[in-house]
Amino acid sequence: MSAKIEVAKLNLWYGDFQALIDVDLAVREKTITALIGSSGCGKSTLLRCLDRMNDRIDGVRITGSVRIDGEDIYRMKKAELPRLRKKVGMVFQRPNPFPLSVYKNVAFGPTVHHQANHDELDALVEESLRAVNLWDELKDRLDESALGLSLEQKQRLCIARLVAVKSEVLLMDEPCSALDPVATLKIEELMRRLRADFTIVIVTHNMQQAARVSQETGFMLLGELVEFGRTPDIFTSPRDKRTEDYITGRFG
Amino acid sequence: MSREGRRQTVGFGALLLATLLVVIPVIFIVGMIVAKGWSALSLNFLFTMPTEGMKAGGIFPALVGTIYLVAAAVLFSLPIGIMAAIYLSEYAKDNLLTRLINLSIINLAGVSSVVYGLFGLSLFVVFLKFGVSIISGALTLGVMTLPVIITTTREALRTVPRSYREVSFSLGATRWQTVRHSVLPSAVPGIITGAILSIGRIAGETAPILFTVAAFYLPKLPHGLSDQAMALPYHLYIISTQIPGIPENYRYGTALVLVGLVLILNISATIVRARYRKRK
Repeated sequence: MSAKIEVAKLNLWYGDFQALIDVDLAVREKTITALIGSSGCGKSTLLRCLDRMNDRIDGVRITGSVRIDGEDIYRMKKAELPRLRKKVGMVFQRPNPFPLSVYKNVAFGPTVHHQANHDELDALVEESLRAVNLWDELKDRLDESALGLSLEQKQRLCIARLVAVKSEVLLMDEPCSALDPVATLKIEELMRRLRADFTIVIVTHNMQQAARVSQETGFMLLGELVEFGRTPDIFTSPRDKRTEDYITGRFG
Repeated sequence: MSREGRRQTVGFGALLLATLLVVIPVIFIVGMIVAKGWSALSLNFLFTMPTEGMKAGGIFPALVGTIYLVAAAVLFSLPIGIMAAIYLSEYAKDNLLTRLINLSIINLAGVSSVVYGLFGLSLFVVFLKFGVSIISGALTLGVMTLPVIITTTREALRTVPRSYREVSFSLGATRWQTVRHSVLPSAVPGIITGAILSIGRIAGETAPILFTVAAFYLPKLPHGLSDQAMALPYHLYIISTQIPGIPENYRYGTALVLVGLVLILNISATIVRARYRKRK
């Protein structure tokens, strides 16, 4: 299968500190790819490179290339970034709905992208909430503030926001670390379903989670992508000693 | 009582004393104005022209003049101030130029109002040939209040969590869409607070309108922006110091109307703000 995202020789510096070192990575379409590694290994930084969210930080310098559907996103002009970020959406660690109603949260993306007129919007909101299993719970509460939802509902709502803009890639930065185990399993279940339509890259602290949901896994250490391969292979027969040490819990 | 407890009592006492020092003069001033000016208040006083060299009649033209000035000045300074604050807070990079701009805004807030009056006289009245008129006065008052509006709006924008901007960008919103749909709505209550502060200052200042708009005695209503007008604070100054023999309750009545007008404007803005907070 072809690669949806191709990262080549990617280096990133925060000032003098090099956070990513010669990272090469190919993410296949409609798979779940997990990035694991200890804190500060660069996995979140790598994830944020995939929709150029690091651009907004002062003192960041980036070399190398990231191609999505063959297009080098670091050659895009600033004015094209909205188009990139429509295609590549981000789910953050803390569920972060806007302080607006449930409806307006989902409608935000389609509205700024002029995707839907007024009548189509209702249908799009319903479709997006259904896609994340929120419609039945929230169909009578669409006008209530999203800030009153449970953490898990909020995180689902944040995913529904991306479904509504018809993103193709979902970047998830520790999407479950604020949630309890039951909610975590529900989000993982959702990810498995979304895989049919989306390419998902998830950064996680939780190795069991990576093993449960992903088809491919990359292990990062001190800014390097040490090993990348099929998830069962990484967890059962890692080739690199450092990967083995990490997944067997000798450090990290 | 333990030593800690005693120290706490003394501390709270000092804080309470400081609060009283702030509140008591306000109550005293307002009380005095009401006590001495109440007897002058009547529909006649509010809605008729002054007569007999301002020794009798009402204050209608000054009241109307002040309302015109407040409205025109706010219409001028609020949009410009908010736009400038949005630029400085959301768009401008932190460099030498923006630091200079910030420094000048802080300094402008400290410039005394009579200097703004002279500035308005030379720029709007003389150079731009607006003459002594409501437009000159309103622009002068507007310029004077810009630093307040810019500063409060920037503070309001600064309190909007960074994550709102980040999410908005990550959904592919442009910078302007982010400001318009995700940052500004959360900042509106703070911006209204800035507007409230400005309204009070615009309505009450005398020096900036002295050379730019205020008429000593003009017993008719202004017809347009290019007319001169009377204004409450200046009228108050005149009848208190320039004309002997004005009844005391006339002076205090005028002050009461000025204070009441500012109060009404502030209360309206506060209601709008409360509505807005509830709507979200």
